Amino acid sequence: MHSDVWIAGGGVICGIGNNLSECLTAFERMEPGMAHMEHLHSVHRHTFPVVEVKASNATLASWTGMPEKISRTALLSRVAAQEAWNSTGLGDIHQYRVGFVSANTVGGMDKTEDFFADYLQDPSKGHLSQVVHHECGAITELVADAMGIRHHISTISTACSSSANALMYGSRLIKNNLVDVVIAGGTDALTRFTLNGFNTLMILDPAACRPFDDTRAGLNLGEGAGYVVLISEALAAELPASKQPWCRLSGYANANDAYHQTASSPDGTGNFLAMRAALEMSGIKPEDVDYINLHGTGTQNNDSAEGAAIARLFAPHYPPVSSTKSFTGHTLGASGGIEAVFSAWAVKEGVIYPNANFSKQMKDLPFSPVTKFSAGLQLQHVMSNSFGFGGNCSSLVFSKNAQS
Amino acid sequence: MYIYIQGTGCVSPQETAAGNTFPAAVLPWEGPRLKAWEPDYKQWIDVKLIRRMSRVIKMGVAAAKLSLQEAGVEVPDAIITGTAYGCLDDTGVFLSKMINQQEEMLTPTAFIQSTHNTVAGQIALMLGCHAYNNTFVHKAFSFESALLDSIMILREGRSSSILAGAMDELTNHSFNILSRFDLYKKEPVTYEQLLKSSTHGTVAGEGAACFALGTEKGPNTKAKLTGLTTLYKPVGKAEISPDITSFLAAHNCSQEEVSLVITGRNGDASGDEWYEYVENTLFAGKPVAGFKHLCGEYPTAASFGMWLGNRILAEQQVPADVLLKGKVPEQIKKVLIYNHHKQTHHSLILLTAC
Repeated sequence: MHSDVWIAGGGVICGIGNNLSECLTAFERMEPGMAHMEHLHSVHRHTFPVVEVKASNATLASWTGMPEKISRTALLSRVAAQEAWNSTGLGDIHQYRVGFVSANTVGGMDKTEDFFADYLQDPSKGHLSQVVHHECGAITELVADAMGIRHHISTISTACSSSANALMYGSRLIKNNLVDVVIAGGTDALTRFTLNGFNTLMILDPAACRPFDDTRAGLNLGEGAGYVVLISEALAAELPASKQPWCRLSGYANANDAYHQTASSPDGTGNFLAMRAALEMSGIKPEDVDYINLHGTGTQNNDSAEGAAIARLFAPHYPPVSSTKSFTGHTLGASGGIEAVFSAWAVKEGVIYPNANFSKQMKDLPFSPVTKFSAGLQLQHVMSNSFGFGGNCSSLVFSKNAQS
Repeated sequence: MYIYIQGTGCVSPQETAAGNTFPAAVLPWEGPRLKAWEPDYKQWIDVKLIRRMSRVIKMGVAAAKLSLQEAGVEVPDAIITGTAYGCLDDTGVFLSKMINQQEEMLTPTAFIQSTHNTVAGQIALMLGCHAYNNTFVHKAFSFESALLDSIMILREGRSSSILAGAMDELTNHSFNILSRFDLYKKEPVTYEQLLKSSTHGTVAGEGAACFALGTEKGPNTKAKLTGLTTLYKPVGKAEISPDITSFLAAHNCSQEEVSLVITGRNGDASGDEWYEYVENTLFAGKPVAGFKHLCGEYPTAASFGMWLGNRILAEQQVPADVLLKGKVPEQIKKVLIYNHHKQTHHSLILLTAC
């Protein structure tokens, strides 16, 4: 059970880039992706900025060879999962026992919304093709089938922490020798359902979001998908020198805040427990962490709870921290996967991402986020946080070296 | 390491939530939609909370509480649920209002309760449980993934009791829409006839079943969860037989040692051919039981099958209403549950008496 699980590669599509390289350029150039809605049709289009993937369903379909009419959630998933696979040196996918563990929060809701408009008029109306992929698992299967994966497929939905949990489950599948490789992460397309849901909670910022800033007023929704490729130690040892793993998934933990269905406890109990247990699993101390990719949604509640938990765990050695959601928006079920790719790449290339729109230090916190892009650093351990509704809190640690 | 079933709880279209025994008689149903028999939730949930909770949340919480009570566990070391459809009622309410009110004047309650992890989150909240909490939403592998996650975590040796379960609700909208996919029987059918049917379609069901799983026996432990596996889209019936044989072999169990096979037979002629094939080729002469005439068909129905399997091992008898063929041996030692959903998602669960 002490075998290592390595990250052999990763892929991302989100509102600041259609692949990892484009995302990195956006970070370097300080170009967040908030804009008016182009693809989502909502009455709120002029009220709330979103961070949409800059491609229509037709374009995504042409890139993936999948039908244009299927859920955007599946199209985004396929783009990122394929990029993740291609970034590894693993070659033909059919030669391995492969798992696909993909998280999402609302499945094919983008199509169900259209179906429901007709169905509510007349229950015999509405195209069934629009609801056939409503279930979260259906999205995963569309992509698994397209990629020829059938050894193990699963879908996780724990709101905004969903895809961090996909990495944990995937890692366990490898440690239990059920598969050799797992493509793990998540996907979510923007939907009116989630936009309106977050609007009822009054946590959408009508301006660009400002995570970990004293003036923060809410989050911006984004969309996208992000996956890492997890591999066993045995498989990592066989990789060619030119395709060495990015880093190791050295620690992970999931805890529940058990405070409120949607709000975090003021002291971030769940966040604290998740981070502490992840460090414990990695066998490192708080001062060993070189960078934290924050959950950092930009809501009053999240950032003060997450900040309090970090202060409690890390004081007085605060590592550099930033929320990449200040660029990508909050991509919900995809965020843990997207940020896992950013974090794993951070370890590989020594990158620290900037926190955009930061101007005023939070009064109740002794630290503030980094605001500049830097590369070529020596980062040994990077932490990625994902917290969600239902009190679900997850924390991941990526490390450069094998366990000592 | 053995994994013991320390406690179970089940809310289903039968009176399973009245107490953890076989209900004395089958609750008959009519038409292709089975509704859960709901217990008095006040025994577990605050009345103020009950009013706000949709049925899937109440059923899930009740099944969780029942299983923990039987296990004598107050706060488990993990809560892991599986649900294919999630909180359909709240989803339908929010979606309908959003469309009917053109995205204006909406309230948050239904949205908050629509997320798939609501049930696991509510259980954690009620128990004050800060431990690992996860929700699997993969169609008819949702329950099996929750079980597998539990098994893997227990094997790591740091947890003593995990609450694992599955829950799915039928709503008017979901039943209407699923019916349009031509899944259900057109002709009238009774619970006695359903599993002997030779026509297309089945009946829709719902329910919640939870299990307290642990590495030590509890005061009421009667069975071990010996093995679990899933098979996605097997090419044909011929592929399933070697899979079952190797699954049994991996758990040191010969075909002869299986005392009873519980299949997910649901009355749909083409789907039932898989069970027929396995019964005839691998388990000829073995007693076979069914359960979907009691709970209906839904993606996490295998959880009801596992509840039944545990009851059979606990009471060392197979109720006449579930026995489909064969003679039950004096001692029931190993029960194999073979279920598939729409011929796509196949799962095997092996339970052993202890």
